[in-house]
Amino acid sequence: MARMNMVQALNSAMDVMLERDPRVVILGEDVGYFGGVFRVTEGLQRKYGEHRVLDTPIAEGGIVAAAIGMGVNGLKPVAEIQFADYIYPGFDQVVSELARVRYRSAGEFSAPVTIRTPCGGGIRGGQTHSQSPESVFTHVCGIKVVMPSNPYDAKGLLISAIEDDDPVVFFEPKRIYNGPFDGDPHKPAVPWSAHPRGEVPEGHYTVPIGRAEVVREGRQASVLTYGTMVHVAEAAVRLAGVDAEIIDVRTMSPLDVETLCTSVCKTGRCVVVHEATRFSGYGAELVATVQEQCFWNLEAPIQRVTGWDTPYPHAFEWEYFPGPARIAAALKQVTEAA
Amino acid sequence: MAPRSRLHVPHPPARPGQEPDFSYLEISPAGAVNRPDITASARDIENLSLEMVRVLDDEHRSVGPWNPHLEAEELQVGLRHMLLTRLFDDRMQKIQRQGRISFYIKSTGEEAVAVAQGMALQPTDMLFPSYRQQGLHVVRGRNLVDLMCQCLSNTRDMCKGRQMPIMYHWGSGNIFTISGNLATQFPQAVGWAMAAAIKGEDRLAASWIGEGASAEADFHHAMTFAAVYQAPVILNLVNNQYAISTFQGFAGGEHRTFAQRGPGYGIPGIRVDGNDFLAVYAVTQWAAQRARASAGPTLIEHVTYRAGAHSTSDDPTRYRPKEEWQAWPLGDPITRLKQHLIVLAEWSEERHARLEKELEAYVTACWKEAESYGTLTGGPALDPLTMFEDVLKQMSPSLVHQREELRALQASAAKQPHSAPSVAKKG
Repeated sequence: MARMNMVQALNSAMDVMLERDPRVVILGEDVGYFGGVFRVTEGLQRKYGEHRVLDTPIAEGGIVAAAIGMGVNGLKPVAEIQFADYIYPGFDQVVSELARVRYRSAGEFSAPVTIRTPCGGGIRGGQTHSQSPESVFTHVCGIKVVMPSNPYDAKGLLISAIEDDDPVVFFEPKRIYNGPFDGDPHKPAVPWSAHPRGEVPEGHYTVPIGRAEVVREGRQASVLTYGTMVHVAEAAVRLAGVDAEIIDVRTMSPLDVETLCTSVCKTGRCVVVHEATRFSGYGAELVATVQEQCFWNLEAPIQRVTGWDTPYPHAFEWEYFPGPARIAAALKQVTEAA
Repeated sequence: MAPRSRLHVPHPPARPGQEPDFSYLEISPAGAVNRPDITASARDIENLSLEMVRVLDDEHRSVGPWNPHLEAEELQVGLRHMLLTRLFDDRMQKIQRQGRISFYIKSTGEEAVAVAQGMALQPTDMLFPSYRQQGLHVVRGRNLVDLMCQCLSNTRDMCKGRQMPIMYHWGSGNIFTISGNLATQFPQAVGWAMAAAIKGEDRLAASWIGEGASAEADFHHAMTFAAVYQAPVILNLVNNQYAISTFQGFAGGEHRTFAQRGPGYGIPGIRVDGNDFLAVYAVTQWAAQRARASAGPTLIEHVTYRAGAHSTSDDPTRYRPKEEWQAWPLGDPITRLKQHLIVLAEWSEERHARLEKELEAYVTACWKEAESYGTLTGGPALDPLTMFEDVLKQMSPSLVHQREELRALQASAAKQPHSAPSVAKKG
């Protein structure tokens, strides 16, 4: 075991896979010699060479397309899109191609590509370095969508993603690259070394795709969330003084309906939290699923706490960010309802 | 008065009712263009992107440095493949008109591109076609029944009823699945070629797009990645003058040849007479040797003419002169190769007529067999429950659930065969 932050854990996942499997290649903007703008690929090109870890032109569509071609030719490409906000030039290649190659060829061709991309705000990134576009991808059939909330899961899920025979879009909440963040920007930063999930095995292990995790057990309400918001929800539960269960969804698609709904059926009350905007957000899918499965157990209307339906504003990110106070208010609302 | 800016809106040289006019087309005499060494730098051979590589002259002889000197037997095979492609296309078009398939796209007039290129490449080379290179399947020996069954979405459909007609694929034949979204295959082919180089394999990738689709960002991505990594790939731009109704001027062809885009990226661009079987074969051979020698990618512009409609869904007499195809200065690729073989005393009108008859009968037999595996309206049919397969390698729990929902619906409908809701018709 070693102490790792999320950047190191992700780096370790790729290191392990580059070592184990000659088919694994890394490509993306600045990922090679420089080691990535967030340092996630640091040292990998030096260790594995320029044919395994490739710097690319600034062309997200080209990166995704090249990764598809490589995947069709038997490699296991891990493509980095430097910010999730930059993924849209590659969107057609993800939606019309990556997600469909297996289906449209009735299984004769497939492209096992992992797309890693940092997402989320709270880093003074403004509207082009803060987005959480996961629901844009969960709406696409044929790809898996993952977002870890801690170093242990980050490494185990990334190894699972690389080993998966299907394409995976792997979101990395960059606000928690260096430490868990509870939603209060004025408090001193906490490192991962103080967190139990900062303990990461150095070798190979996996965290299965498609499985949510109960990160806090509770009886009064269920909070369904993922990424950075797992830690914010923990702070909100303390703030509200509610004995809430917190579920880290971890894999948005395919969704672990059973873990989520078992919890909500038990507590009868549910708050859905994400940083992304609200309207047609991923929370809408969670709410609909819970309603279908748990309607007769629900004691109160399900609440959603999300980013506002505006672009992420540079100067007002803490007014925008769905922080502990808003989540605590929602928890009170669901627990105090009849 | 102060000068005002105005847009230049491209106009085709002729519209319906007007005389066809191909005076815009610059054509080099056969044999006039030099054939450089495969290691030449893009900068030193820019003339290839402006001129036009041609081998067959007006007397149907093969001339000049690009003459690939193919055996007569090989030329006869090429002629056979092109003719079969055309007859297959004609038959499928008729079948579509009879309402027996939903859609079709012919490659009439540009058969030499897919056939000559397919023959010049190795069977292990990976092909990423657009929707108008059915000739590649013909060259690689695909049973026409397979292609027809795909168009029929029947029980033998390689796509299991998931794709519109002509969106073929062939894993063991190394032909990639056709998307339907234009140009996406171009940068994928580059990625495939990069992987071949990473693995140290002696295989190359080739891809095709139309001149219209070259306006997509994917073209730029393909060219950039191919140039940066010097990937072993042949990028083919089939300039058949039209993107549905829009003439090549709307893709930027008025100001520069499409081949000239190559040198802009540091990639050799070769403009070739796309209706000259020998010239297409020769430039492909050159580009393939170059790719295999790690000398880098090549952009080939095939100057040709889309003799038919874009697809069965448009009527070209609405946007271009009816007689344009007859006026096309580069002729018909099949006629030209046939005349060449006749000049060589290796072919005759009688043999041609015999071959045509034989291939017609073959297409008929294939269609009969294809129909026996089911049609859109009758016979054996695919199980709709297969629609849930291959979304992911392993079906997700929610898809299993949805499949069972459909299965239950089917079971209850089967119990009450007359209870299906009828659609009210408006008087």
